Amino acid sequence: MDFSWIIPYHELLLNGAFLTCLLLVISVVFGFSIAILLGIAQVSKSRLLRLSAKSYCTFFRGTPLLIQLWLIYYGLGTYLPHIPGLRTSFLWPIMREGLFFAAVALTLNFAAYQGEILRGALLAVPKGELEAARSVGMSPLMILRRIWLPRAIRIGLPTFAGEVILQLKATPIVFSVTVMDLYGAAYKIRQDTLLVYEPLILVTVFYVALTFLITQLFQKLENSVPVRR
Amino acid sequence: MNSSTSIFQLLSITPPGWGGVLLTGAIATLLISFGAYLLGMALGLCGALGKLSGFRPLQLVLQFYTTVVRAVPELILIVALFYAGTDGLNRLLSWLGIGPVQVNGLVAAVAVLGFVQGAYMTEVLRGAILSIPTGHLEAAKAFGMRPSQQFRRIVLPSLIPNALPGFANLWLSVIKDSALIAVVGYQELALAARVAASNTKQYMLLFLAAAVLYLAITLVSNILFSALEGYFRRGQRPIN
Repeated sequence: MDFSWIIPYHELLLNGAFLTCLLLVISVVFGFSIAILLGIAQVSKSRLLRLSAKSYCTFFRGTPLLIQLWLIYYGLGTYLPHIPGLRTSFLWPIMREGLFFAAVALTLNFAAYQGEILRGALLAVPKGELEAARSVGMSPLMILRRIWLPRAIRIGLPTFAGEVILQLKATPIVFSVTVMDLYGAAYKIRQDTLLVYEPLILVTVFYVALTFLITQLFQKLENSVPVRR
Repeated sequence: MNSSTSIFQLLSITPPGWGGVLLTGAIATLLISFGAYLLGMALGLCGALGKLSGFRPLQLVLQFYTTVVRAVPELILIVALFYAGTDGLNRLLSWLGIGPVQVNGLVAAVAVLGFVQGAYMTEVLRGAILSIPTGHLEAAKAFGMRPSQQFRRIVLPSLIPNALPGFANLWLSVIKDSALIAVVGYQELALAARVAASNTKQYMLLFLAAAVLYLAITLVSNILFSALEGYFRRGQRPIN
């Protein structure tokens, strides 16, 4: 076991760890926001909304993330430069990076899984509570904002922690579209130093530690939400 | 960018089109997934029985196995096991005095994914076995069944309906995980699509075609699994 490469490569590794965390946070935050819309759409009365949200979830849950990532990076990436005005806009330096496409793919993927969970959670909210809200004269939008959605999110919270960990475990795949995340850094160290196991072990320790941190965080969050049993 | 005729030409089965390559890749994906699934099931059954055996050292080893495999990202596991597995095998062979072998990509992929699946299977099966009412087992004992008879006649038939939803999830996840094998260079559906796409520059079309193939596999699997669950739950009282 030879770990002397850590010192010359520490900057690359730290940067990689930062990118991994960044991708996780971006995809979870934006993915969750989209998932709320998907969840509501799937329990809505409109057939069109239900069907389109359902097919979105089925597509993203039924295909591997790797294919989605390549589809977005290589497929969408070849069309983006043809959109007039985009190349000259201030967004272009961000939008031509692999990181942007990786974030988009991870976000859309996370949204699909989380949207399905929220659908179940929205349906699991006791009917009586919604009827009580209606009987005190709340408008449908207010019911959704004050009662339905908060209760559903509370119901879905334990599964949410699991989903975030699954998402963390899905992030290393972005190295295949040139993003230097933590695994990408380990890959580069392997190419430079020809050490196979040591970089992988280091990276693994980081992922496991982060997993542990996330479980602790969610435990705190769950404990902080009062429940009456 | 391309007319509809060229789409059909690109996706045709015969060589100028890439449909044949994609379909071969899809078959490779199914083969890998099925092999890994069966291997995982065997490992999982041993693991679950070991975890429930009450033999402490074995339990600790299995606990370590399931925790590590489920905590580490699949991609890292696959890369590490792929290199460690082939490397270890060759070291063992050279120690035995046999020359190094080139490990077949299919076998390596099945072994690696099967090892990962085994950890998840262990937990699914452990839960399914634990959900069998103890009264049933006691009744079997009272009738004087041997442990092997108990397992065959009581445990196995009553754990299957409980384990099937977990099995279905794992089957879908092994199909999606098998795409990660592309990273270590075995040509299954994902890598086949990538090869086809980089040769024709029709990235959108070919990756979409691969996605549709994956989707078809998962949707058909869903139908099969719900039929299977209906079969194994026959005679059970429906909930609600």
